[in-house]
Amino acid sequence: MTVLDIRDLSLSIGATPILKKVSLSVAPGEILGLVGESGSGKSMTALAVLGLTPPRATMAGEIQLNGQLISGASDAVLQKVRGRDVGIIFQEPMTALNPVMTIGDQVAETVRLHKKVSRKEALAVARAVLDRVGLPAERFPLSRYPHELSGGQRQRVAIAIAIALTPKLLIADEATTALDVTTQAQVLDLLKQLVREDGMGLILITHDLAVVAETADRVAVMKAGELVEEAPVARIGAGMAHPYSQRLLANATHAPVRRSQPQAEAAPVLQVEGLVREYGGAPALFGKSKAFRAVDQVSLSIQPGESVGLVGESGCGKSTLLRAILALETPQGGRVRVKDRDITAARGAALKSIRRDIQVVFQDPYGSFDPRWKVSDLVAENFHLLDARPTPLEARRRIDQMLEQVGLPASAADRYPHEFSGGQRQRIAIARALITEPSVICLDEAVSALDVSVRAQVLDLLADLSDRLGLSYLFVTHDLTVVRTVTDRLLVMQAGKIVEQGDTVAVFAAPSHPYTQKLLAATPDLVRNHALEKEIVG
Amino acid sequence: MTDAPAIPVARPRVRWPLSLIVGVVLTAVVVLTALIAFIWTPYDVEAVNIAAKLTAPNAAHPFGTDHFGRDVLSMIMVGAQNSLAVALVAVGIGAGIGVPLGLTAAARGGWIDELVMRGNDLIFAFPALLLAVMITAVFGPGAINAIIAIGLFNIPVFTRVARGAAMGLWTREYVLAARTAGKSKTLISVQHILPNLMSLLVVQAAIQFAVGIVAEAGLSYVGLGAQPPMPSWGRMLAEAQTMIGFAPWLAIMPGLAIFVTVLGLSLTGDGLRDLFDPRVRRER
Repeated sequence: MTVLDIRDLSLSIGATPILKKVSLSVAPGEILGLVGESGSGKSMTALAVLGLTPPRATMAGEIQLNGQLISGASDAVLQKVRGRDVGIIFQEPMTALNPVMTIGDQVAETVRLHKKVSRKEALAVARAVLDRVGLPAERFPLSRYPHELSGGQRQRVAIAIAIALTPKLLIADEATTALDVTTQAQVLDLLKQLVREDGMGLILITHDLAVVAETADRVAVMKAGELVEEAPVARIGAGMAHPYSQRLLANATHAPVRRSQPQAEAAPVLQVEGLVREYGGAPALFGKSKAFRAVDQVSLSIQPGESVGLVGESGCGKSTLLRAILALETPQGGRVRVKDRDITAARGAALKSIRRDIQVVFQDPYGSFDPRWKVSDLVAENFHLLDARPTPLEARRRIDQMLEQVGLPASAADRYPHEFSGGQRQRIAIARALITEPSVICLDEAVSALDVSVRAQVLDLLADLSDRLGLSYLFVTHDLTVVRTVTDRLLVMQAGKIVEQGDTVAVFAAPSHPYTQKLLAATPDLVRNHALEKEIVG
Repeated sequence: MTDAPAIPVARPRVRWPLSLIVGVVLTAVVVLTALIAFIWTPYDVEAVNIAAKLTAPNAAHPFGTDHFGRDVLSMIMVGAQNSLAVALVAVGIGAGIGVPLGLTAAARGGWIDELVMRGNDLIFAFPALLLAVMITAVFGPGAINAIIAIGLFNIPVFTRVARGAAMGLWTREYVLAARTAGKSKTLISVQHILPNLMSLLVVQAAIQFAVGIVAEAGLSYVGLGAQPPMPSWGRMLAEAQTMIGFAPWLAIMPGLAIFVTVLGLSLTGDGLRDLFDPRVRRER
């Protein structure tokens, strides 16, 4: 007996095939991890189960839910199925909840849509379900609004809505991707517990193999609309059969080869001493409002050729620290020295000359370019920092050369950013940062938004550039797997303070601060599992 | 997670909104009429012909004549020049002063922002007609004073639109990147912020143009706009008031002219907004 049985599901939008003969099944009490890169069709598979495919889509194949054929069923039938038999949780908990409805009403709404019960009874059900997902009545009354909750708590409400009617099948579509690692671990634990208690089937859709390895029973790998492999989760480490699955795993654990060593004896390229950044503290009606200290007495230094990771959860102050280092915000105390020149005190030409040495690559490969500018103009923007601007001919030569260095054709220069993929855009951003030949590049979650294969390529490029140009990096990220493979040293930040720092290998092997220990324990760790499995098999 | 395939280079064929097509055609007719009036009108607008006074519309006078026997069509054609010129210059004043103010407020923030926005509130709160009367009291009535009064009230409109949208753009990463490129706030405002606001401002300009036409007609109606013998739609309406019973064309024709112009400009504004909106979304 299976909860969900999909047979030869094909789906196309217009003439474009999206899914090609996908077959998979989920048993009661089973967690199926559905992995693949963006555009592989994993979300579309889930939407097909719910009958929520785009209007122009044509579908072939069979979908059976609890033995009932639902593919091709009428909207009225599907509406009954949604919510009652299948629950779904999406990635973004803020947009999945209605901001003007209380959490109690939102859970109760689902109940009342499918059952003939009074509002009072529905609210009683809502209360019980919210208790179950770890939102107890004393701290989370039904009258709370979504904006009063944290991201993880909102995701719990979304889960409560999904399980309110104890569906047979639960679909979690990247449900933990937007959450911090510790919150992610809690939400995954909750999902596992609910599956165990209710015996429902769970499809866990994610791009993160590590999450699947730690949570699922079985893994299904999708590529370009096809299901290329299905295997028990233990096989993730022991070696999967399909070359694409192997490549996915290799990319996820990819460690770029670095040939050069950081110069420990040389003078540091970046030195931060006792940096303080406060918000608020403006004159209020009575006295001064209390200032919020986002960065609290932070000191760090980076050697030439060194790669330093700065990790911490959202809101810990790492982005604020980065902006203060880049002199985009004025700190209230402390100093930032780039090659022994104080960037916080510099103005005008002096500041420009320091900026030549420290550049930045941002997270969002879509938002970090003016959509109206050509790539050549975007890359050339930093020429503004030079005392003597190159002639147009010389500038063009250097732009073409730089684009080639980051692995883009010179013809890219005459195109607009929207013509490129996410990975290519990050290459353009790196080219822009490199054009003034800086010594330090700050990477603000620069690879977080990329698929694993693209991420591996960008990390390789960064390692290669560091080797050739002697660059230093400051990796600011929440993703511990990335810093593990590419950094020499690790700084852990919590509530505006650096709570631990040391050699990356040493910190991962023996974290000393409780927060670091908690962070590491919560991180789904493919490297650890992978190595373990290898030992057992080998 | 988001290495989505690049958006195809060829943009889908732009579908021109119907409102834009209709709006542009109506506006073009009005503008052409005003331009033609510079070189030719059916009759001299100042030529008085008492013998032909209050003639109903006929072949010789398609829009009829007024109580002095002047040709209404010719007066409307020349009046179009006056209306368009006043509204255009007023929009120019509003955008020319308002947009830089809004950009500065957004870029500088703090007390400068506060000062600009409170100044705006002050102008907004002040009755437009009262200001026009005050200006007239000081400088005497005339088209120039109408321009100043209407232009002044366009400033806060443009300031608000520019500031609001610019504030959103200042948090974008490409603006941060421009700052790490050592560019000043003024330079960033000119190079990055303004071009990305352009579509919004063009829409607002079209709407303010329409508002300006109505405002000019209103001011002329109460005698604060263009002075005789210069024809103006608002004053033609005012003069028609006492004769509406036996010469309704005197009121209907200038009324229609105002109606068509405002409709054309409003539809153009709406159409431009429809045209720009999906593109703005696609660029994200």
